[in-house]
Amino acid sequence: MTEIPEHLRKRAEEARKKAEAESAPAGDAAGAEQTPEQSEAESRIPAHLLERSKAAKAKAAGGDAAAASGGGGGTAVATAPAAAAAVADGGPLPTGPGGHTQRLLTVVKAGSIQDVRATPLDKVHTWPHLLVVEFVAALAVTAFLLFFSIFVNAPLLELANFNETPNPSKAPWYFLGLQELLTMFHPMVAGVTIPGMGMFALMLAPYTDRNPSNKPTDRKYVISLMTMFLMFWAVLVIIGSFFRGPGFNFVFPWNAGLFFEL
Amino acid sequence: MASTTEDKPSLGERLQKSMQGLPDTVQGSQAWNSIFRPGSIFRKGYTDSPRNRSYVVMNSVLYHLHPVKVKRHAVKVSYTLCLGGLSFFLFILLTVTGIFLMFFYRPTAAQAWDDIYNLQTGVTFGLLVRNMHRWAAHLMVLSVFLHMARVFYHGAYKPPREFNWVIGVILLTLTLLLSFTGYLLPWDQLALWAVAVGTNMMGYTPVFGDQVRFVLLGGVEIGSDTLIRWYVLHVLMLPFVIVIFMAIHFWRVRKDGGISGPL
Repeated sequence: MTEIPEHLRKRAEEARKKAEAESAPAGDAAGAEQTPEQSEAESRIPAHLLERSKAAKAKAAGGDAAAASGGGGGTAVATAPAAAAAVADGGPLPTGPGGHTQRLLTVVKAGSIQDVRATPLDKVHTWPHLLVVEFVAALAVTAFLLFFSIFVNAPLLELANFNETPNPSKAPWYFLGLQELLTMFHPMVAGVTIPGMGMFALMLAPYTDRNPSNKPTDRKYVISLMTMFLMFWAVLVIIGSFFRGPGFNFVFPWNAGLFFEL
Repeated sequence: MASTTEDKPSLGERLQKSMQGLPDTVQGSQAWNSIFRPGSIFRKGYTDSPRNRSYVVMNSVLYHLHPVKVKRHAVKVSYTLCLGGLSFFLFILLTVTGIFLMFFYRPTAAQAWDDIYNLQTGVTFGLLVRNMHRWAAHLMVLSVFLHMARVFYHGAYKPPREFNWVIGVILLTLTLLLSFTGYLLPWDQLALWAVAVGTNMMGYTPVFGDQVRFVLLGGVEIGSDTLIRWYVLHVLMLPFVIVIFMAIHFWRVRKDGGISGPL
């Protein structure tokens, strides 16, 4: 069974009751036999509107008739008798219960059926508002990289040599957190399990965090969790980068110097 | 004689006159109008009207990336910090500089280091371009990471953007892999031993550890085979994969209703 909206069903029931109450005194369901005049009085359409539509119909019909008979000059003489004649001739017969050709079945308000979520958004044109910002940002980064590259050279150490292991040997900086974990855990745990689980947990974040709000005040738990996670990695990377010297032992960079290449 | 010199404009004047008309001639030419579609800011008679502002995006290749209009808060630099866009821009910069480097580099153990050395000392702008490639790579890792943090703190991974977050984590992984595969290519002590540390770790993958290491190294230990393998990964395979994921990522941004709403 299809689902009928609650308010529509109620309205239909009310209408049915009302109709029964009206037809009961009359004795039978004689709505169709009522004369147009009678039903017009009962009609819900305001009298002046009904009058206007009748006049318009008459005028249109009269105009047609006059155009057919008298040509271009006929419109001005589309008077009442002609109109009446036209209606009598071939105008649309008032067949509905109220004497109208159409009947209003129901009014469906948009708000009750359609889910109107689209409130008007405050929008701006991409050009120039967004594109200019992007262009300037791209230029700024290019300029920064260019100047940085002029003054700071990328490292190129001596040719790779399998017989000479540098002490310490370090991974690229973004993996130094993992290398740091190696000092605490079995290599399988530090190198595979923890980063694998971490990435997996990160991917699942939208499916595990069921809180629909994006307001920082509603998300204190998640935000503190993520901040701890990020800080944990940042601290590990910083320790691995700057505080690890020969033999990957803990040193202070201000005592032992830097053992770090980008 | 005097009158004729006055009537006949000198060569300089004629040149000046034709130069004045040149922009109009060029902009009115069929070739020009076939390149720039109606509404382009480079077309003749561009005026700053709402319709033309729409056309600038709608009638250009930018329409693949941006809608005609965006939410007002989306253009605030303080909201996005441009991190996602800059990550993409750095990728483009890395591709451009990387193609330049490819002209001077052969991925064999015998030649790789010498090629880099010659690039730095003997090629015009070689050192500069290599520096830019290196620093842009580190910067991209950083910007992708910060982009992820930004998205997380804005709760932008929530419905309907869950899947785009997953794509984003994949992109972060691919960025790290791209950077790491490039690390070996100079074939110096730094590259060799950094990669040795990294691949030793991956060798501890449960069950398939030795196989994973063998596949990554193209042998039981790092050598020329590893170099060609990582080179192909770095310049061809990983860029190809990341471009596909980026396309999905950007497409999803628009399909999920633009960037996430104001807090």
